[in-house]
Amino acid sequence: MMPLRAEPAARAIAKPGEAVEIAPGVHWIGALDPTLRTFDIILRTANGTTYNAYMVRGTDGVAVIDTVKAEFADDFFARIESVARYDEIRIIVLNHLEPDHTGALPELMRRAPQAKLYISTRATAMLKALLKPKEDKAPLAFETVGTGDEVSLGDRTLRFLHTPFLHWPDTQCTYLVEEGVLFSGDVFGCHYCDTRLLNDRCGDFRFAFDYYYAHIMRPFKTHVMDALKLIEPLPLKIIAPTHGPILRDRPRRYITRYRELSTSSFTDQIGNEERSLIIFYMSAYGSTARMAEAICAGAEEQSGLRVSLYDLEGGETQPFVDLIESADALALGSPTINGDAVKPVWDLLSSLAVIDLKGKLGASFGSYGWTGEAVRMIEDRMRGLKMRVPVAGLRVKLIPTDEELEECRAFGRAIAGAISSGEKGRVIDFAELG
Amino acid sequence: MAKAKITFTDIDQTVNVPAGTRVIEVSEKIGAGLIYGCREGDCGTCMMHVEEGWNNLTEPSVLEEKVLRENMASRHDRLACQAQILGDCRVKPA
Repeated sequence: MMPLRAEPAARAIAKPGEAVEIAPGVHWIGALDPTLRTFDIILRTANGTTYNAYMVRGTDGVAVIDTVKAEFADDFFARIESVARYDEIRIIVLNHLEPDHTGALPELMRRAPQAKLYISTRATAMLKALLKPKEDKAPLAFETVGTGDEVSLGDRTLRFLHTPFLHWPDTQCTYLVEEGVLFSGDVFGCHYCDTRLLNDRCGDFRFAFDYYYAHIMRPFKTHVMDALKLIEPLPLKIIAPTHGPILRDRPRRYITRYRELSTSSFTDQIGNEERSLIIFYMSAYGSTARMAEAICAGAEEQSGLRVSLYDLEGGETQPFVDLIESADALALGSPTINGDAVKPVWDLLSSLAVIDLKGKLGASFGSYGWTGEAVRMIEDRMRGLKMRVPVAGLRVKLIPTDEELEECRAFGRAIAGAISSGEKGRVIDFAELG
Repeated sequence: MAKAKITFTDIDQTVNVPAGTRVIEVSEKIGAGLIYGCREGDCGTCMMHVEEGWNNLTEPSVLEEKVLRENMASRHDRLACQAQILGDCRVKPA
């Protein structure tokens, strides 16, 4: 399909060369990228994206908050020039240093050399890596800021919130106190390009909002919850993220949605005291399936452990990823075919980067005909994903006998035992972590 | 071999480790809230705060001290990918 041209819609709010006022003295000066179909390799963008940057005017000068991707610098500078002179810019705030927001920074610094940069306390090394300042030149004029730090524009105050890992270590949010505007960086953003720009004017972007969260913020849920504690008490009129619509109509809905998306629904069902083991398998002739059932039976003997058993062949990968996110442990069974685990197993294992796997327990098992490499390969991958693999994998040659099925039950009991050994308060020996 | 206990206070878990083990090796396996980047003392992502037992970790190298300074580390912050455990200590994400 030919991508759409950047044709202004009849109700366009964002027009070429014009900044858009979103609050008194606060302008959107970003850029539209409607033809983009893949962002950062990992994200599909069905109608492109926007690179949102903002300008705040106070009695004591102008602040620019974030910039745009390098290819869109001309749009950005044209919008700045429609509302300000470069010599008025005193402050440049960088909420996030990824190149889609800092591409126009070197040129902005050249045009507004008097401006001082404000970055988060964790962004210094990244800024230097980005700008590669030469030792014989003047040092970069920047200041690092943390939660509660403020910078004044005369009658306007920018207050900073330290929100690391949303979604890089350097990320922060900036709050314009007098207008209740939160410049949130990538938080509450989405890849959705619409010239109508405002959430109450543009098309239905709910899917894009959830999709962005699922791929960008989800691995950092704990940090999202920490950030929400800082954001929720703020009086808010507008949330102004760096991608997608500006959230001026009932902005608090989006904060509520982030809280929902960051809260595990599974713990509501099984209770915080219960632990969860998910067993997945693929089976060509039923042998690995029989192993899985016996492992399940063995693990179920452990009280306080909820065990679930799934045939990978019978489901899509995505819901299985959701199950694993809420689980304490994952056991994966695969036969060996041509010296490898089977493709659905690798599909599942390669889909786990979007969830936090740290500390989860992994185990592997499988029946094989003559070589049997799959089990060790799965264990290696689990270790690569930072999972603990405390119980050595279990292999059975061809059809399991009654004795071998008893070994499978013992394997299940050993996994269950390792799960419960991670309970709080107990001192764990390093060797047990596997 | 000498042993030492390291406690990750964010998840309330304690591990008995051989002396000389790097914090990163333990925290990943146990599921502590530390996040890692380069794993070679350059990016500063894995900064942690040492609540107790500061002297029970190996001394920071010149390079680690530089990275800590650049990341505005506070007193008793260390990089988990660099610090080796020599005696009992308690740590949490910085």
